[in-house]
Amino acid sequence: MSAAAGAGKPPIVRIAHLAKGYRRGGQDVPVLFDISLEIPEGDFIALMGPSGSGKSTLLNLIAGIDKPDAGELLVGGEDITKLPESELADWRASHVGFIFQFYNLLPVLDAFENVELPLLLTSLSRRERRARAEMALALVGLSDRMEHYPNELSGGQQQRVAIARAVVADPTIIVADEPTGDLDRKSAGEILGLLRRLNEEMGKTIIMVTHDWHAVESARHVVHLEKGELVDAPAGHP
Amino acid sequence: MHYLKLVFKNIFRHKLRSLLTLAGLVVAILAFGLLQTVVNAWYAGSDMASAQRLISRNATSLVFPLPVYYRERIRTVEGVTAVSTSNWFGGIYKDMTPANFFAQFAVDHENFFDLYPEFRTNPEEILAFKKDRRGAMVGRSLVDSHGWKVGDVIPVQGTIYPGTWEFVVRGIYEPKDESTITRQLYFHWDYLNEQIKKFYPRRSEQVGVFVVQIADGSRAAEVSQAIDKEFRNSLAETLTETEKAFQLSFIAQTETIVMAVRVVSFLVIVIIFAVVANTMAMTARERLAEYATLKALGFGPGFVGALIVGESLMITLLGGALGIAATFPVAAGFKAAMGSFFPVFRVSAETVALQAACAAVVGLLAGLAPSIRAARVRIVDGLRYIG
Repeated sequence: MSAAAGAGKPPIVRIAHLAKGYRRGGQDVPVLFDISLEIPEGDFIALMGPSGSGKSTLLNLIAGIDKPDAGELLVGGEDITKLPESELADWRASHVGFIFQFYNLLPVLDAFENVELPLLLTSLSRRERRARAEMALALVGLSDRMEHYPNELSGGQQQRVAIARAVVADPTIIVADEPTGDLDRKSAGEILGLLRRLNEEMGKTIIMVTHDWHAVESARHVVHLEKGELVDAPAGHP
Repeated sequence: MHYLKLVFKNIFRHKLRSLLTLAGLVVAILAFGLLQTVVNAWYAGSDMASAQRLISRNATSLVFPLPVYYRERIRTVEGVTAVSTSNWFGGIYKDMTPANFFAQFAVDHENFFDLYPEFRTNPEEILAFKKDRRGAMVGRSLVDSHGWKVGDVIPVQGTIYPGTWEFVVRGIYEPKDESTITRQLYFHWDYLNEQIKKFYPRRSEQVGVFVVQIADGSRAAEVSQAIDKEFRNSLAETLTETEKAFQLSFIAQTETIVMAVRVVSFLVIVIIFAVVANTMAMTARERLAEYATLKALGFGPGFVGALIVGESLMITLLGGALGIAATFPVAAGFKAAMGSFFPVFRVSAETVALQAACAAVVGLLAGLAPSIRAARVRIVDGLRYIG
């Protein structure tokens, strides 16, 4: 199955016959079956499906924080299933930007320090890191909150800091797991607007897991999962 | 730099928990240092012993004396350069409180201080001491604690040798260094002997021990055997040993207590290890999602593990430093409270090093298990964890 609407653009994510299961209570529980999918560069994909359908598992595999049992998973032409753990960590640092449902900011670091965090793994100088982090915070409209700690920010503002952290290292793909799941409608709208801007103006490839039909409207394409398999979109929806 | 910043900021996230752990560490390191100092104080006498001095005593028991004429025969043994005498007096000054307790010895006034170069004396005072039959040489520490001065008369109530004895302070000896004990009073054995002759003639012409100076410390065993051989099959056989062995034989009588003190000092460290390990385990468990986030962002398991070990180390080193700093005033107070019970009671460099080492080892070990767990946790499991 191809999610490619961006005709002509090479796929940034190429998945072939991917399978994944977990062992729970002494039993093997299959989660994903024979998933094949291509996501072109610059796309904005919404992964939808009921709870337990495997969408977060698929996102985790694409982001390189989990390993499949079988199949191929190429991101930017690199088969990340073959990378050893240490190389996979380096790969994530330079290719993946993460946005989590509960923001996952470090509470002891202020907004600037949280955004600067991924840059500590690069060879950038202190000055360059500062410039980049300030730019990322300006992008999400939080230049005036750089020295605020997470507990001094609203949920929406914390998620904007998380988005700044996700883009600051200029990753190949941005993965967002329920980015609006913990936000009110207004804040959710702002976050989705930001993601759209990142996709449309900066050409960032975004893969987002969501239950929220409003969020789906921001995406260019929707991929549905049910019981670990890709299915066609339900009638009446994108 | 960022690593240290993160470690330092993490320490005080739970202020009450961290402060309680720190307080526990301060008390534990302080208690450990104090107990180690008590053990060291116990051995202080043997520490100042010279390798070139032997002690000859009655082989049956120290409570039995030796005839004073043995001195001349010991002097003839090859390797012996000088012989002096010493006799425990065991008198009471004022009362039996620890503050007024000090040791008195009747010694050969002619050469005793020649055998103890660690007692720094004034030649004029030594001369005055030798000339006065009731004269006494008193240690600096003892003089300072009682406010005595040269010329003062010290009345002492005899216990082994009944009666009230008066000694005139003729000189004050100074310590060579901090390990030298200067809480004794030395007076003429001749004075003791002539009084005994009057009232207990059968106990006269006897001494407690002979202090034997030898030319070569490495021949101590050989010379000791030669001295003992000289008196074999006599009515009072001798047992000769190095001064250190002689001092340690006293400590051996209380070895069990010293061992108990030593064991308790290390038990304190084991207990504080359990406290810090528990603190670090709780801390690491609560932050599992954060560690997973760091790993997702590309930080390696080593960095995550180092964060926990670093935090554990920083807490224990901070607590250790405060505990070490507190040891000195507390030890000074303890010494003051104990009077002359411990003539030398000082916190040694070895004790401070041990305290620091214990703090570091506790920090390292307490952080190890939670750091391994955090480093090994799968990112997807960690992200799901709600601390």
